Amino acid sequence: MIINHPLLGPCDAQEFTYKGDARLIDRPDGMADGADAAFYNYAYLRDNPAGQHRELWFHEQGDRSWLVVTRNTVTHEITQVELARDVARKSGRSA
Amino acid sequence: MSRLPTGGQIDRTRKISFRFDGQYYKGHPGDTLASALLANGVRLMGRSFKYHRPRGVLTAGSEEPNALVELRTGGRQEPNTRATTVELFDGLQAHSQNAWPSLKFDALAINDRLSNFLTAGFYYKTFMWPAAFWEKLYEPIIRRAAGLGSITTKPDPDLYDKGFLHCDLLVIGAGPAGLAAALTAGRAGARVIVADEDFRMGGRLNAETFTLGAQSGADWTAQVVAELASLPNVRLLSRTTIFGAFDHGVYGAVERVSDHLLTPAPDKPRQILWRIYSKRALLCAGALERPIAFANNDRPGIMTASALRAYVNRWAASPAETVAVFTNNDDGHRTASDLLAAGVKVAAVIDTREDAPALQGAEVLAGAQVTDTAGRLGLKSVTVRLANGKSRKLDVGALGVAGGWNPNVALTCHQRGRPVWNNAIAAFVPGAELPQGMAVAGAAQGHFSTHAALHGGADSARRILADIGISAAAPDLPQAEDAPVNITPFWHVGGTKRAWLDFQNDVTVKDVKLAHQENFRSVEHLKRYTTLGMATDQGKTSNMGGLAVMAELTGKSIEATGTTIFRPPYTPVSMGALAGRSTGRDFKPTRLTPSHKWATEQGAVFVEVGMWLRAQWFPRAGEKTWRESVDREVLATRASVGVCDVTTLGKIDVQGRDAAAFLNRIYCNGFAKLAVGRVRYGLMLREDGIAMDDGTAARLAEDHFVVTTTTANAVPVYRHMEFARQCLWPDMDVQLISTTEAWAQFAVAGPNARKLLQKIVDPEFDISNDAFPFMACGEITVCGGLRARLFRISFSGELAYEIAVPTRYGDALIRRLMQAGEEFDVTPYGTEALGVMRIEKGHAAGNELNGQTTARDLGMGRMVSDKKDSIGAVLSRREGLNQPDGLRLVGFKPKNPKARVLAGAHLLEIGADMTAANDLGYVTSACYSPCLKSFIAIGFLKAGDERMGDVLRAASPLTGDDTEVEIVSAHFIDPEGERLRA
Repeated sequence: MIINHPLLGPCDAQEFTYKGDARLIDRPDGMADGADAAFYNYAYLRDNPAGQHRELWFHEQGDRSWLVVTRNTVTHEITQVELARDVARKSGRSA
Repeated sequence: MSRLPTGGQIDRTRKISFRFDGQYYKGHPGDTLASALLANGVRLMGRSFKYHRPRGVLTAGSEEPNALVELRTGGRQEPNTRATTVELFDGLQAHSQNAWPSLKFDALAINDRLSNFLTAGFYYKTFMWPAAFWEKLYEPIIRRAAGLGSITTKPDPDLYDKGFLHCDLLVIGAGPAGLAAALTAGRAGARVIVADEDFRMGGRLNAETFTLGAQSGADWTAQVVAELASLPNVRLLSRTTIFGAFDHGVYGAVERVSDHLLTPAPDKPRQILWRIYSKRALLCAGALERPIAFANNDRPGIMTASALRAYVNRWAASPAETVAVFTNNDDGHRTASDLLAAGVKVAAVIDTREDAPALQGAEVLAGAQVTDTAGRLGLKSVTVRLANGKSRKLDVGALGVAGGWNPNVALTCHQRGRPVWNNAIAAFVPGAELPQGMAVAGAAQGHFSTHAALHGGADSARRILADIGISAAAPDLPQAEDAPVNITPFWHVGGTKRAWLDFQNDVTVKDVKLAHQENFRSVEHLKRYTTLGMATDQGKTSNMGGLAVMAELTGKSIEATGTTIFRPPYTPVSMGALAGRSTGRDFKPTRLTPSHKWATEQGAVFVEVGMWLRAQWFPRAGEKTWRESVDREVLATRASVGVCDVTTLGKIDVQGRDAAAFLNRIYCNGFAKLAVGRVRYGLMLREDGIAMDDGTAARLAEDHFVVTTTTANAVPVYRHMEFARQCLWPDMDVQLISTTEAWAQFAVAGPNARKLLQKIVDPEFDISNDAFPFMACGEITVCGGLRARLFRISFSGELAYEIAVPTRYGDALIRRLMQAGEEFDVTPYGTEALGVMRIEKGHAAGNELNGQTTARDLGMGRMVSDKKDSIGAVLSRREGLNQPDGLRLVGFKPKNPKARVLAGAHLLEIGADMTAANDLGYVTSACYSPCLKSFIAIGFLKAGDERMGDVLRAASPLTGDDTEVEIVSAHFIDPEGERLRA
């Protein structure tokens, strides 16, 4: 597969390490009420779609960016590649 | 018969000598092994897989199922090589396979008489009882009897390489369509790669007699190839098979650089595995002719009509003086014409069609079928049932069978595409869903005439290039034949005798009928039950026939019956090419520590730790066992001072205003308040609450930490921290960089450690116990100004430091330490002594942080802060991980100090049966402690902290060890920590 890195352009998927569902960005607050249930969901419950999937890839043999890659798990078509940091900020994460 | 007096693309001025089954023969440059054997009158080339039937060539290409040979000898011996694709070279040696004692008399031909018992599914039905006999008796016998070639056990002496190529257009196949496409794209300036599996480009143009304009096919090809070769933007790869179409325009290719030579030229690879990145690809892989099944259709001398014509036209080799052709379409007549023109006698054209056209120079038997053949080691005659029902015998030495052409759609299906049926040509053609960026032209698309191939290739290239912004002009293409396809599908002649569909797997029409009868009717079931289409040829000549017979039996159309899935590789790829240079010592990179050269000089024994080579121990003269060396290193370190290279531990530099806050979330214990100049032990959890890795973090400045990880987890921990930094807390002011390779680091441990270091640390740095206490750190200089980092941390439990200098000074530093330490009898120690000392001290390491244990299990439950949010803290508190009888890290001492305890042993009550239900825990690390003069161990025991002093069994059903052990604290040595604070 070829991943079109937003900063570096097309890169072979061999340069990357795969992590999984991009929802791992949405880590709950460990100090909030109900954190146990929230973390149970976060750590264990994930969709496994046959089709479009937003997933985390790490450019380990490259610039060490974490990317959010929108990929069809059936056809491997990649429709969007974003810096995970930008996605995290958009979803309200900061420091 | 032998070589025809004229013609062929062979160099008759040169003769080359080769051997087949020990016999010497001569051929010419341009020959394949198959064409040279036929030219020498050799039709018998192999024995079949199951029935050991005598076999010759069926085809003239890479789809060959029959003529498989063992090529070369010694370490270069290569089984299952298709004689039809082996380019002849001087000194070639080939052996027939699957025959004993000889190809002409094969003892296992008895299988042929037993065929009633060896039908489809015989594996599943026979040899069922007793079960244990299968593995030990039946399978080895069957494997030996029903086999392909044998592999050599000697190492392959040749070099294989890998490479990467990029192009605008990849043209797969250099027949008329591919060459026209390449010419169009090449002239337009596009970056073009043309790959063709043959050693001579041109595809079928090499095997046909018709003209292109005023030129022969071969001359036109030569002219086009010469022009392409002159273009700097075109790369021609002959002897190169595109074996797979992968995601996003990536293609796998094998270039057989030296397979046509006796041995590769010095420093040249045998084969190269190319990974080709293409913007667009045009598949021009042509078509493969399919046979017709009839009784005894597998004798040497019976082959596809196109192969017969290729041997005559391209190689001037006719397998016999008199031949016949059996056809269901007009293309069979073309073979007969070509053979007549070459001076070969054609006894008749047997055409299944009632309305078969006439042919000048040969008798056409319209509406006739071949019902049987004769000739055990080579075809002698065929029996024909004429349209009027009468029988006629034709004495022929070869029979060309023309069942129609199948577009070569394999690569179009590698991304789940399914071919669709085309009635006009009675064959499957590529479907609408093609791999990204691929188009198909020529015969592979079902356009069989040369005219259609030339124009299809050129037009497709222009269309494709326009897509990527390159405009190309249409080339002048020569006038070429444009014959229509006239075919009346005909798959097999009825009858009770065996009629072969799959020659490689010995699958007959009967087998398909049996599969149908036993309800294995879907094509995928049919394949598995009968083995139709398996093995090295993947059914290139057999799948269609098999599924046509199945369609007939089920009453469905061929289209509804469907095909099995085509998967890579298109043709077999050697393991050598896939491995490339990753063999032997180069299988993976080897990382050497900065003291490696010095340790080698000391005669160290090394151990692989991940990719690293680390000194395991340093034997001295007179030491007979590793234990003697390790015991000495431990005792010497604890008595005076020892030095160990610990560079392999991961080092991550953490900088930024939020560095402390960041580490506070990464580690389960607190880091926010760690003072500058101090080090703290840290435990990282996974988000599910399980311990991930441990190490230290040293605060060199307000905004600067150095984190260490275990050797094994250096990469995963760095990845994890980057994930936290970029994905979880994107606005924290913190930067990370791995500095594992940047610093050479040595542990200096033992009561004299400080005295030794004081000799090399520059005098302005006070490292006395008061100024530089346990868990202090600082940036210093050594040896007169060399920058260094000093950490007062201890893995051994002794007064100890770790000192780091830039890597290039690592070798100098170890030599200086050893020199300065002479007065203290400084002792280098390896990973074994390191391990013994950490077990004696009760420190957890990789064996304990095994991905199943928690901070609580490790006895560090109270370290997990509930005053902050750190990774894994929440889930570490869940009930399941906090049971009262949960595992706890404890120590074990055998009642008999000489009795060994093994890591992996399980703990049981005395007298309890060795069952999983009675399992109380397990030993994780064990060693002989020279200080305690006893074996010792640490491990996990249910409610272990409440069982101090109890005696249990540590038993291993694997080794038979069964030792009574006392439960003790894991801290065997200096539990109060006085030594490390000294």
